[in-house]
Amino acid sequence: MLKNWKTGITTVAAAAAVSLPMAASAELSDDVLKIGVLSDMSGVYKTLEGPGAVIAAEMAVEDFGGSIMGKPIEIVSADHQNKADIAASTAREWIDADNVDMLTALDNSSVALAVQGLAAERKVITLNTGAGTTALTEEQCTPYGIHYVYDTHALPVGTATAMVKNGGEKWFFLTADYAFGHSLRDNTGAVVENLGGEVVGSIQHPLSTNDFSSYLLQAQSSGAQVIGLANAGQDTVNAIKQANQFQIVQGGQKLAGMLVFITDVHSMGLDIAQGLQFTTAFVWNQDEEALEWSNRFYERHGAMPTMVQAGVYSAVSNYLKAVDEVGSDDSDAVRAKLGEMELNDFFVKGGKIAPNGSMLHDMYLVEVKSPDESESEWDLLNVVSRIPADQAYISMEDTKCSLVNK
Amino acid sequence: MQVILAQALLGLNVGVFYAMLSLGLAVIFGLLNIINFAHGAMYMLGAFIALIGYSYLEQWFGISLQIGFWGSLIVAPLVVGLLGIIIERTMLKRLADLDHIYGLLLTFGITLILQGLFANYFNVSGTPYPGQPEVLGGVLNLGFMFFPTYRMFAIVFSLVVCFATWYVIEHTRLGSRLRAGVENPQLTQAFGLNVPLMVTLTFGFGAALAGLAGVLAAPIYSVSPLMGADLIIVVFAVVVIGGMGSIMGAILSGLALGLVEGLTKVFYPPAANTVIFFLMVLVLLFRPAGLFGKEK
Repeated sequence: MLKNWKTGITTVAAAAAVSLPMAASAELSDDVLKIGVLSDMSGVYKTLEGPGAVIAAEMAVEDFGGSIMGKPIEIVSADHQNKADIAASTAREWIDADNVDMLTALDNSSVALAVQGLAAERKVITLNTGAGTTALTEEQCTPYGIHYVYDTHALPVGTATAMVKNGGEKWFFLTADYAFGHSLRDNTGAVVENLGGEVVGSIQHPLSTNDFSSYLLQAQSSGAQVIGLANAGQDTVNAIKQANQFQIVQGGQKLAGMLVFITDVHSMGLDIAQGLQFTTAFVWNQDEEALEWSNRFYERHGAMPTMVQAGVYSAVSNYLKAVDEVGSDDSDAVRAKLGEMELNDFFVKGGKIAPNGSMLHDMYLVEVKSPDESESEWDLLNVVSRIPADQAYISMEDTKCSLVNK
Repeated sequence: MQVILAQALLGLNVGVFYAMLSLGLAVIFGLLNIINFAHGAMYMLGAFIALIGYSYLEQWFGISLQIGFWGSLIVAPLVVGLLGIIIERTMLKRLADLDHIYGLLLTFGITLILQGLFANYFNVSGTPYPGQPEVLGGVLNLGFMFFPTYRMFAIVFSLVVCFATWYVIEHTRLGSRLRAGVENPQLTQAFGLNVPLMVTLTFGFGAALAGLAGVLAAPIYSVSPLMGADLIIVVFAVVVIGGMGSIMGAILSGLALGLVEGLTKVFYPPAANTVIFFLMVLVLLFRPAGLFGKEK
């Protein structure tokens, strides 16, 4: 039986549903527009997406005015517990029984692939903000699936390109010894070598390694300028922590994290994380507009937004805009509209949704500040450079998505 | 050469944990003939007691009390030792006359229960222990490498504990009575010594050693419900190589195997996890009683 832990239903508009003057042809399939936020509310991804994503979605709805074409907008949310089967049955229930019109968040790649496939069969748009796998827009792309914030191509490619160009030509990898780690290492290594850099060594470590000290010392004595962390989560955090214990960054080598969120940096602390470089889609204080939104978010959530949470706001806002312009919640029409729009808000500038569902936008290479540079609790990152969308994402010539005519 | 020295020191760092844990196992096996599979869980428990004492007392029990690292070095072994005593008195004692395998199964079950309990309340991938004392926070420049002060402290502290234990068992009156009680319980009892009490206290002491190792490990590794399960299999191999029941054998083989593992990480990293088992197979084939054990 599906355990609907904390299935919060937030009717944002209800009371204020004074109908606005709208196009006469306006039609919603069931007189309400429902958006489902399906995320990890209790596990490892809770802090980077989770309840913060629900708040971001609510803010998007409120900022839109709370209603669309005179009809209320509703947000439903649930915990997928990082289990694809639970995610799929929640999504099925939402779509089949509750007429949910769009799904977002969907952190965790296995959850993402299961839900995107299921939603596409039912012609429901998914705006994925949380998962990394490029399979969402490559081998398993669908006409209704959109991948909004980042993918496993954009992250390493962006970081490696920028670092090699900034003089980090010799790389040494600490690789988590399973498919995800190997593919991160291979993607990154290819970029490094294409740009004339060199991979001087790589060590495979078992998943969930406690003690990285031995590997780190080998990386240190390898003569590499950059130590690439082709791993994620606790492994990345452990490696960074122990690199600090052994004063590796202080010795002049750079650490490059392949998948790091600002909340990871916040929990590690600047003493430990300083000097770490990684790629992100968003930094909360990157400009005035972002700062203004992030402060509003902070007031409600008690933490600054991750790129993923900011992405939920942007995705929901742009979806609402598209529905409004089309004047209907018909998925085919809305998806076509989204493909034509140029996306501009505090999160994305000049973003385009490609035919394979990949939202093409610039990424940022960032470096973690030193404690002296940081001016406040969440002032953690310096933007080093901007990575143009065409470098970060797989091009339509190279995509393996069958929906793209070449 | 610098690399080798550095890796050897790191190997020693791992080795002292092997030594402390295998020492506890060897004491319990050598003196009581119990194969204590719950040893890893006791280690995990020690680390969690340190973590809870530091971070959760107020939140959970409303007591505004914080047990720091130094306090944990005393409190955690006491609590874990007491738990060991309770387990011995209420459960293991009943199995004393049966085959070893029953004790092994019982303690294995206890391990699974403890792990499950903690996995239910804590992050399986590990929670950092924030209570490392400031004094031990720095880094030592050893010439050939920078070595974290805390790790150096852990090495020295563990070595002292290991050799003190060996001395007490092999060279004091208390130790000789213990050994006598094991060799011939009935005769020893006839001399007026309380053998069952000695057995209980020995088990408690072995468990306390594991708890102490857990506290020492907490600031280096993350505290996780599975931290003991990852280690206990290796530690059993260490005991087999050293010789079941040999106190000095457990200490020396723990240190030596830590070194071997450390150096394997330099020359062929993928084998680092298996080299100890490879050696175990060799030892079993050519010297079944272990390097320091006596054939019976």
